[in-house]
Amino acid sequence: MPDTPNDRIETFYEVMRAQGISRRSFMKYCTLTATALGLGPAFVPKIAHAMETKPRTPVIWLHGLECTCCSESFIRSGHPLAKDVILSMISLDYDELLMAPSGLAAQAVLEETIAKYKGNYILAVEGNPPLNEDGMFCISGGKPFVDKLKRVAKDAKAIIAWGACASYGCVQAASPNPTQATPIHKVITDKPIIKVPGCPPIAEVMTGVITYMVTFDRMPALDRQGRPLMFYSQRIHDKCYRRPHFDAGQFVENWDDEGARKGYCLYKVGCKGPTTYNACSTVRWNEGVSFPIQAGHGCIGCSEDGFWDQGSFYDRVTDITQFGVEANADRVGLAAVGVVGGAVAAHAALSALKRAQQKAVGQSNAAKAAKEEA
Amino acid sequence: MASEPDVAGTPATPFHKAGTHKQTSVYVYEAPVRIWHWVNALAILVLCVTGYFIGEPLPSFTAQEATYQFFFGYLRFVHFAAGMVLTVGFFGRLYWAFVGNHHARQLFTFPFWSRHFWAEVWFEIRWYLFMAKEPKKYEGHNPLAQLAMFFFITVATVFMIITGFALYAEGQGMDHWMYKAFGWVIPLAGNSLDVHMLHRMGMWAMVVFVIVHIYVAVREDIMSRQSIISTMISGHRTFKDDRPD
Repeated sequence: MPDTPNDRIETFYEVMRAQGISRRSFMKYCTLTATALGLGPAFVPKIAHAMETKPRTPVIWLHGLECTCCSESFIRSGHPLAKDVILSMISLDYDELLMAPSGLAAQAVLEETIAKYKGNYILAVEGNPPLNEDGMFCISGGKPFVDKLKRVAKDAKAIIAWGACASYGCVQAASPNPTQATPIHKVITDKPIIKVPGCPPIAEVMTGVITYMVTFDRMPALDRQGRPLMFYSQRIHDKCYRRPHFDAGQFVENWDDEGARKGYCLYKVGCKGPTTYNACSTVRWNEGVSFPIQAGHGCIGCSEDGFWDQGSFYDRVTDITQFGVEANADRVGLAAVGVVGGAVAAHAALSALKRAQQKAVGQSNAAKAAKEEA
Repeated sequence: MASEPDVAGTPATPFHKAGTHKQTSVYVYEAPVRIWHWVNALAILVLCVTGYFIGEPLPSFTAQEATYQFFFGYLRFVHFAAGMVLTVGFFGRLYWAFVGNHHARQLFTFPFWSRHFWAEVWFEIRWYLFMAKEPKKYEGHNPLAQLAMFFFITVATVFMIITGFALYAEGQGMDHWMYKAFGWVIPLAGNSLDVHMLHRMGMWAMVVFVIVHIYVAVREDIMSRQSIISTMISGHRTFKDDRPD
């Protein structure tokens, strides 16, 4: 490691050279990064310049109420490799999962990092704080996680919400949400928050977001919900390789039918691809090996807000839980049509009866009048 | 009814002459309103049928390889096209509310603060519950019909246009002006699937309205003291008697 004064953070380049990476490999890395971010060759020298001059970005990675699937995904990133991100690009000073110290030593690191890089570090949050019972459902370092989150967020430059937990709440927030698990944007309201939803998010999406932020020293462009546009601006459906079968009207009807064998569209067996914004159908998983639809199972929409409470993963017209009983739009609609149709029929019959009655009265009156006249 | 002579009570003549009746007609629905009504009806029919099968597709069939078969795509196209017709028609109808006769405005407003209006609504409810002996005569919509039109046509159509365009904009992409204009609906409802569900509930509300609307139109044409169905064809409201109200 090059000799640097204690108060200065090394640049990416310094760290990479210290790890024995040649200048040539460094330039290759910059080219690959530019390509991964969808940038032209003109950006390669810019990225190289940034990495030579900018200090590494300190990152504090906290774990709240979660299952660690985000971290599991993250460490499998192939482009860039997670080790490159952790060892070269960012200075991952505190990560409860990926750090050597424990106990008081770990807590000391956290305090030190906050003090040293006040207002300059990125806070990455995996999981969310449960607020019920004063946050007692998630204790970290002997204190409620929500306190720790607020404390670390206070001096952060920006916050990354990893996964559906931090972004939206996810399964631990499923109705009736006994622990009151709450997405972080409802707890931290005074900091820019980037949502990287998914359960988990795609590894390359996670490292891609970090790469963008450290390279350009700014937030990526976000959509209305705070998700990076470069990965969440299109639906799975828009880039799905089974899309021609959708347009043709060729669907898998059952899991063991001919359509399933031929790789037809999974829309009728509940695929949520048409309503899910994510990069699965382009970036795919495990270094581009596959993704759920390619493996023959519909998308469950894990990167969408509320997916855990939206009924079956295998229905297209899903259940409406608001009614308290299991019902979907079609069942409710058909029931309404049935009731109204029945009521109309009954009303029509009654109307006809009434009219016949009135006619009879009218005719007898007319007959009476005619008789009197005569 | 029995105290006054009516058509049923007059002596039969060999010819179907109008005789001395002073049956008058009022020109209520101008041509643009009538054209809009029937175009809108057709659009709603097409939208409901195609929309139902977009959510619950017909059984798969394979006439050709997927590259050459575009059945579901055409179904969706018809739905979108009918949606555009409905939208343009709605705005055309809105325009006519400003330049047309005063009956053309009934669809978009109702006198919420008028005690008299609600009294008339109550009377109409009693008429439909067989509690009133004789209906009243109205040149335009009766107050209950006006309420139903306002909520099931005006409000519901606006709802369907907004949710429909939000869903259509998703296919156009986030860069499209349509997404910029309607994309806010999606996070407001929760997510895209929620918007789909709400749009579908809207369809069922429309179907319920159509059933009631057609039934009531036929019933009133027979049982009320005025024309209903022919009015939406000729524009003229004719009355079956000359008694007041």
